[in-house]
Amino acid sequence: MTVSVTPSSAKEDADTGRTSGRALLIKRTTGLITAVIALVLVVLASLAIGARDMPVTEVLDAFFAPTGSDDQLVVLELRLPRTVLGILVGMGLGLAGGLIQALTRNPLADPGILGVNAGASFAVTIGIGFFGITSINGYIWFAFVGALLTTVGVYIIGSSGPTRTVDPIRLTLAGVAMAAVLTGLTKGILLTNERAFDSFRSWDVGAIAGRDFGAVTAVLPFIAVGTVLALALAHSLNAVALGDDLAASLGTSVNRTRVLSILAVTLLAGAATAAAGPIGFIGLMIPHIARWIVGPDQRWILAYSVLLSPILLLASDVIGRVVMKPGELQVGVVTAFVGAPVLIALVRRKKASGL
Amino acid sequence: MKTAPTRLESTAMNIDRSVLPGEKIDFGRPMLRIFGQRIDMRVVMTVGIVTLLALACGFAGLMLGKFSLTPGEVFQGLFGQADRRIVNTVVGEWRAPRIIAGIVLGAGLGVSGAVFQSLTRNPLGSPDIIGFSTGAYTGGIVTIIVLGSGYISTALGAIIGGIATAALVYLLTWKGGVQGFRLIIVGIALTAMLNAFNTWLIMRADLELAMAAATWGAGSLNGMGWSTITPAAIVTVVLALACGLFARDLHTLELGDDTAKALGVRNEPVRAALILVAVALVAVVTAAAGPIAFVALAAPQIGRRIAKAQGTSLLASAAVGALLLVGADLIAQHALGDIQLPVGVVTVSIGGIYLIWLLVQEARKAK
Repeated sequence: MTVSVTPSSAKEDADTGRTSGRALLIKRTTGLITAVIALVLVVLASLAIGARDMPVTEVLDAFFAPTGSDDQLVVLELRLPRTVLGILVGMGLGLAGGLIQALTRNPLADPGILGVNAGASFAVTIGIGFFGITSINGYIWFAFVGALLTTVGVYIIGSSGPTRTVDPIRLTLAGVAMAAVLTGLTKGILLTNERAFDSFRSWDVGAIAGRDFGAVTAVLPFIAVGTVLALALAHSLNAVALGDDLAASLGTSVNRTRVLSILAVTLLAGAATAAAGPIGFIGLMIPHIARWIVGPDQRWILAYSVLLSPILLLASDVIGRVVMKPGELQVGVVTAFVGAPVLIALVRRKKASGL
Repeated sequence: MKTAPTRLESTAMNIDRSVLPGEKIDFGRPMLRIFGQRIDMRVVMTVGIVTLLALACGFAGLMLGKFSLTPGEVFQGLFGQADRRIVNTVVGEWRAPRIIAGIVLGAGLGVSGAVFQSLTRNPLGSPDIIGFSTGAYTGGIVTIIVLGSGYISTALGAIIGGIATAALVYLLTWKGGVQGFRLIIVGIALTAMLNAFNTWLIMRADLELAMAAATWGAGSLNGMGWSTITPAAIVTVVLALACGLFARDLHTLELGDDTAKALGVRNEPVRAALILVAVALVAVVTAAAGPIAFVALAAPQIGRRIAKAQGTSLLASAAVGALLLVGADLIAQHALGDIQLPVGVVTVSIGGIYLIWLLVQEARKAK
């Protein structure tokens, strides 16, 4: 991430007028291109680095001049699905985080606020404890259904308020409450069932290793639909950020925007959590970092989130493979350790950015 | 995140509204004067009732169990006068410390939560925002995994972990002053790292140690004895009383920094002292029973709603905290037959269900 931090766009616009608007556009676009290049580099690193390191040429050969050697099989059968899954999961979490923060107008909101993580964990626990599921690929559907049902429940409670619309504060409280109940139940089951506890703890840490292309194809459609929906909503979210009344007078249907955003968050975060387990940091923090770079425009925040999140996730995954060689550190652990110091440095450097 | 619902309005609901449309007159509520302090009668009543309920739960806890007793036997056992020796042991040595722990530690958590929510003026404010609980959990797990589970080492590890994390968050936030938003972000960042580390430790440890760590991490009163609870209870009571001394300044601070200053409160020293005492309270409770979730968060909110108090009431919060923990422990011990759950599992569920009920209730009222 070589992008420099720019001052808030609104301020700059106000100070120097149109010319700086153009400069800003150039700056944002340059940043975007830098991010794309960084993403490509990280993808190559993710394919080349691991228990068995290989030169990038060998990786490229695996695609363009396949010989069927062991190294090429490692790349195609193990690292490729892992890398693709990393990109999808990263995108899903980062976008969902950006959406939920815009939606609740709360900088502390993350996709977990809608109960996604708690619901997925609870369903996986049920799957392990009562249905005897043990394979990573078997958890996916349990996690996804759990995340979906919980979000629907949170949405029903959160939108049952006096105004019959989606009230962000009620939604947040409903999510916190629902997550608490489900977490309690999950812990209750796990602490009385040693075998379930044993299987659960390896899912709970959050990892993208050991998944095959089945996992990729299972979550791909949901993340694709969610991404399209999220990017289509960016414009309306900009209006909603101005306040409900102003947004309505600008012709944006506030309620429809909120409902569709919740749908997108559910698809994105639900699918990502189903595939990789609960990974906490990305959805919360990448949108902040994106906001610090590009200012308050949701279209740019979401676009940057799409790129920055997979960079952080894949870079963390690669670091996780290197630091404990020949063993591995799960990506869910590394993400926080890589991201948190960056965040603390940023928050100390910048004036605090609200929404 | 601004809630602080309009308490003023709801206390004056029944007053004649003919004065001006939309304007209400608050004639106040009956007040009790003790040592020159004005105490709201409704708060006194609520605290009394909730305390009685907590004691009733405690009494039930003394009666129930594999060796169930009659109320008469419990009384005799409490004073060591029972005919059968075993009753004295069961009541006095096995069950009483646990009940005392539930009441005192619950009250301590309630007070600490009330102080934090009052200081941050945020209903989600809790010792968690400065990373204390997560740090304590890390300290606890590390000692359990490295040294094996033993009460004193785990307690020490938890306290060191918690305080070190809180101090680190404070230091990393410090930049010519501590600014609220920065404190929260730094707190979250460090908490995220520690959480990841905790999950990883649990995942790599031997199954048995991992279970022990997770059970401790949920917060549990299982196996509480006098040697643990006596020092913890004494310290908790002293610290809670210390918070009580600051209660007035705390209420004044709720009005805003500038107003408080104008009213003669020395903001910074008072705030620092309150944070210190509140963190110490949580530390003591965590050392005795592990990080018990949700009591500190829920007790002030529940207390405030049933007492209809203006602002946070430390007394009501303490009473509700005690009731929550003792009641939850009763459920944790007896709901699943022979299986004993950690009490933290139950407090989380009950707190969550209560919050959902509250939201649904508000929605129904509004219709």
